[in-house]
Amino acid sequence: MSDINFIPEPEEPIPSLSVSNNQGILQWISSVDHKQIGIMYLWLSVLFLVIAGIEILLVRLQLAIPNNHFLAPEVYNQLFTMHGTTMIFFVAMPAIFGFTTYLVPLMIGANDMAFPRLNAFSFWTTFFGGSLLYFSFLAGGAPDAGWFNYAPLNEYNYSSSPGIDYYCSGLLFAGIGTLTASVNFIVTILHYRVLPMSLKQLPLFVWMILINSFLVLAAFPSLNAALAMLLLDRQLHAHFFSAAGGGSAILWQHLFWLFGHPEVYIVILPIFGIFSEVFPVFSRKPIFGYGMVVGSGVAIALLAFGVWIHHMFATGLGNTVNSFFAASSLLIGIPTGVKIFNWLATMHGGAIRFSVSMLFAIAFLIEFTIGGLSGISFAIVPIDWQLTDTYYVVAHLHFVFIGGTLFGLLSGLFYWFPKMSGRLPDPRLSKWFFWLFVAGFNITFLVQHALGAMGMPRRVYTYPDLPGWGILNLISTIGAFLMAGSVGLLVFILVRAIKKGAVASPDAWDANTLEWTTSSPPGLKNFDRVIPVKSTRPFRDYKRPEDADWNRPEGARKHEGKYIPQNNPHGK
Amino acid sequence: MENKLMVKLVVGTEAMFFLALIMAYIYFSLLPGFTSRQADHLDIRSTAIFSAFLFSSSFTFWRAETNFKKGKMTRLKGWLLLTLALGLVFLVGQGTEYARLLKENVSISSSLFGTSFFTLTGFHGLHVLVGLVVISIVTTLTFMGDYDRSSSSVFGTVGIYWHFVDIVWLFVFSIVYVLPHLHKITT
Ligand SMILES: [Cu+2]
Repeated sequence: MSDINFIPEPEEPIPSLSVSNNQGILQWISSVDHKQIGIMYLWLSVLFLVIAGIEILLVRLQLAIPNNHFLAPEVYNQLFTMHGTTMIFFVAMPAIFGFTTYLVPLMIGANDMAFPRLNAFSFWTTFFGGSLLYFSFLAGGAPDAGWFNYAPLNEYNYSSSPGIDYYCSGLLFAGIGTLTASVNFIVTILHYRVLPMSLKQLPLFVWMILINSFLVLAAFPSLNAALAMLLLDRQLHAHFFSAAGGGSAILWQHLFWLFGHPEVYIVILPIFGIFSEVFPVFSRKPIFGYGMVVGSGVAIALLAFGVWIHHMFATGLGNTVNSFFAASSLLIGIPTGVKIFNWLATMHGGAIRFSVSMLFAIAFLIEFTIGGLSGISFAIVPIDWQLTDTYYVVAHLHFVFIGGTLFGLLSGLFYWFPKMSGRLPDPRLSKWFFWLFVAGFNITFLVQHALGAMGMPRRVYTYPDLPGWGILNLISTIGAFLMAGSVGLLVFILVRAIKKGAVASPDAWDANTLEWTTSSPPGLKNFDRVIPVKSTRPFRDYKRPEDADWNRPEGARKHEGKYIPQNNPHGK
Repeated sequence: MENKLMVKLVVGTEAMFFLALIMAYIYFSLLPGFTSRQADHLDIRSTAIFSAFLFSSSFTFWRAETNFKKGKMTRLKGWLLLTLALGLVFLVGQGTEYARLLKENVSISSSLFGTSFFTLTGFHGLHVLVGLVVISIVTTLTFMGDYDRSSSSVFGTVGIYWHFVDIVWLFVFSIVYVLPHLHKITT
């Protein structure tokens, strides 16, 4: 075997967002460059966002008025199941992995991932998993037992169309892609940092990815095992989850939520990382409590495995078990609260720039807190018994997934888009998008808290004309279409910016981290040389040597809140 | 170094996978009727024999590794072939056990015991098979002279996986065969 490991690399340095180049789409398909794979992850996420969005618009149309018969119940079940499954596994996850794959090597001064071909494998396996899931529509019916696919509804006797077999195999493929990608991230972060960068100088986004990747490695096997068992049940007539054969329907819930609760954190920890980059840059201050942000991230990852029963309070596991998991679920709110205060303190006294990225970050603080508070209410067992499986749950989880994960992804998109494309999105239209999206989101989901409290169950395909139900559902549907319209505007903004947007400078936001030291978009080879890394803000140190973090007197370093804002470099 | 870290992470996540399967097995084994079936159908003696072959294959692979580090290529080839043979005997042993059980009408669909037994031991057997495929590729490459210099990390990384498969079997064997056997003796 020779010394040189040949890795097929594209010849032209074109990792921009545009598909058109002289080698065409083949160049993208054969690429092992982390930036191109990252961008493909992001486009995959946009594609599935549109598909899953259309699915839920049909659902909202059906629910717009009482006693509606626009959709048949079987179709309705397939649509909401596919919406949830797609949004989590093929929108949120690929979007996060897209940013991660694109940014981690750049942020740590590396030229690529540790295993570039494995990186491509991870992406294409995910892509194949998603395609397999959607092939079910052609194969005789999509999965229809909800995204968490409870037994015994997932068993052959209750769902005899092949949809759930495609659910199992599609998610298994995607799960393998997720696991291999996470292995790749960990090895890259631990072994490919530019030489002087210690773990204490790691950008917080990279820290959160490191923690998150371990969380993935620990949580996904539980889902994979459950999916394998279910496939055996359905294909070879095993008895894991069928009570008739002596199996246990509850076992599915245990295995699923042992994965499912950590999964909630898997799609939020990287977002915490994004915000820990965005808040300091747009507040022109260092992050408040770097160590606390890392430490609370670790605490969240550990606690995430001790709370899964809170999804099962209604299954009758007994008061002792319920009380224990109620307490642990209340506990996990604390490290998340710590982070919120970290970001608030970062903004405090800073010179805040209200870019669209920062607007999403600030909106996140409000919306995510609402989602967090409604989540805490579920940790209280009697409230859970009252509200479980109502629209209150739907409202809660969308405040967390949209107000948390999606706002973070959008904040990250507007922050890093100039780096990825070399272009600036239209600022006026972008602000329009922000306000329309936030308005649509709140109109859609705030009213659902009320619907849930009034007792409207989730997942029913139609409902009687009870007082208030019709009008609240209509408001929710109008909000959903407003959101859909604003997403259309977003796609328009992005495509227009890629085609003829104003050219962005390499350091569009006067930022702190290494990815901004490259050209925009970065060349095929990220770095020839990397600037010295002596603190968590190496690029700022480089730009302002007289005010460098590592050069600061010890006292100032201890009282990070008393930093001089960056727009006043000489401290006058 | 990064190759070893990668395999360690893969092995770690695989361990979680087997943990889920083992927990499901234990969960079901506490239900009435399970243990008696288990004791009726499993033959701890013959399984112990082919398990010994698997455990010793860990030793032989370790010998292969040390000889590779010392650059003793002829011995390396010998130990690799021995490892392959031992692993193969284990799989054949497992195959005959499966055949006997199927003849006794114990299958994955026959009972909860069959379901959990075949799933747990089947996934382990699959991992042994993957390991054997990998080792036979490495052995072929060794015979072709690809590893003449001792800088390759391949034996170290494959070793981590192979020892892992062995350790998993230690747990599976104890839980599926030994514990119910002890239980039977004491009652
Ligand atoms: Cu949870």
